[in-house]
Amino acid sequence: MGREVAESCVDSLLTEMVSTYCHRFYANKPELAARRIEAIGYQVGHQLSERFVFRYTMERPRFTDHLEAIKFICKDFWSELFKKQIDNLKTNHRGTFVLQDNRFRWLTRMSVDPQNESQDNSADGENKAAQATSMHLYFPCGIIRGALSNLGIPCAVSADISNLPACSFVVRIKA
Amino acid sequence: MPTAGPRSGDAIFASVERVNAELFTLTYGATVRQLLTDLEEVEEVNKQLDQMGYNIGIRLIDEFLAKSNISRCVDFKETADVIAKVGLKMFLGVNATVTNWDAEGTCCSIVLEDNPLVDFVELPDTCQGLHYCNILSGVIRGALEMVSMKTEVTWLRDMLRGDDSFELQVKLLKQVPEEYPYKDDE
Repeated sequence: MGREVAESCVDSLLTEMVSTYCHRFYANKPELAARRIEAIGYQVGHQLSERFVFRYTMERPRFTDHLEAIKFICKDFWSELFKKQIDNLKTNHRGTFVLQDNRFRWLTRMSVDPQNESQDNSADGENKAAQATSMHLYFPCGIIRGALSNLGIPCAVSADISNLPACSFVVRIKA
Repeated sequence: MPTAGPRSGDAIFASVERVNAELFTLTYGATVRQLLTDLEEVEEVNKQLDQMGYNIGIRLIDEFLAKSNISRCVDFKETADVIAKVGLKMFLGVNATVTNWDAEGTCCSIVLEDNPLVDFVELPDTCQGLHYCNILSGVIRGALEMVSMKTEVTWLRDMLRGDDSFELQVKLLKQVPEEYPYKDDE
């Protein structure tokens, strides 16, 4: 078992990082905030992948196709981060993969800005809360894109939360 | 019924949910790097990291108080000990020591020989003025403010700058007496 820190360290850091970019730096430019948050995730994913792959491939051959690399993300990579695997993997066999986590930890644990949460019922409050959630999701999307990019697979990653607390990450591999 | 006493940092760290420290370390590193790109000035990044830490500290204090079962400290000395022995341990899993007390007992140093924030970190020459761990000093300042202590927290030694440990000076500026939010007769 490698080094660990309390989960609340990561939760607090992510909440604060997202809030810094959304509220302080780019309060009126959500698309710029999103790009920065994704970029931070990308860097983290790229570096984590480098480390995990090194450990993983010490006894095994490198990945020979996209599916193997995606499976590595679903199993080993996800387990290192969340102590569980991706629950469901689907593909159209034409370069699109859907990775579903039935209970995505960062959605169940991360506190969305309280001023948004308190406005229950109001459509505006709900809208804002949804926006805050989607801002948080740019980070894991960036992580997956960074990790796959490190494995030599350029792709685009988006998140679908129509089934909360489940979260699906849609990976589209660029030809 | 006897009330449960304060819990040790080790016991709390063993009982909380924990995650891979690489995720934490790399996320922090990537955030600092992005801030350097966006803000350009190292001094601005120092300020931003301190502000982020402060915001985290004012929220984290509740979790700290709830999990540690510490109700109040008799003086600033005890407070500093609790930060070093319980606070840093239960969140970061590291041990720290308190030293260099001044005669008045209002200023001391917290020394860390191990710090997960800086695993695999090397600062390039262009970042010489960067206080890479400034988020941590912000957290301590923010958390103490929520328990009525105004402090100034500064880095005296930094392993990223070639020192043999991290030394964080905590100076008590003002202790606001605790007041109850309401009076009985109101």
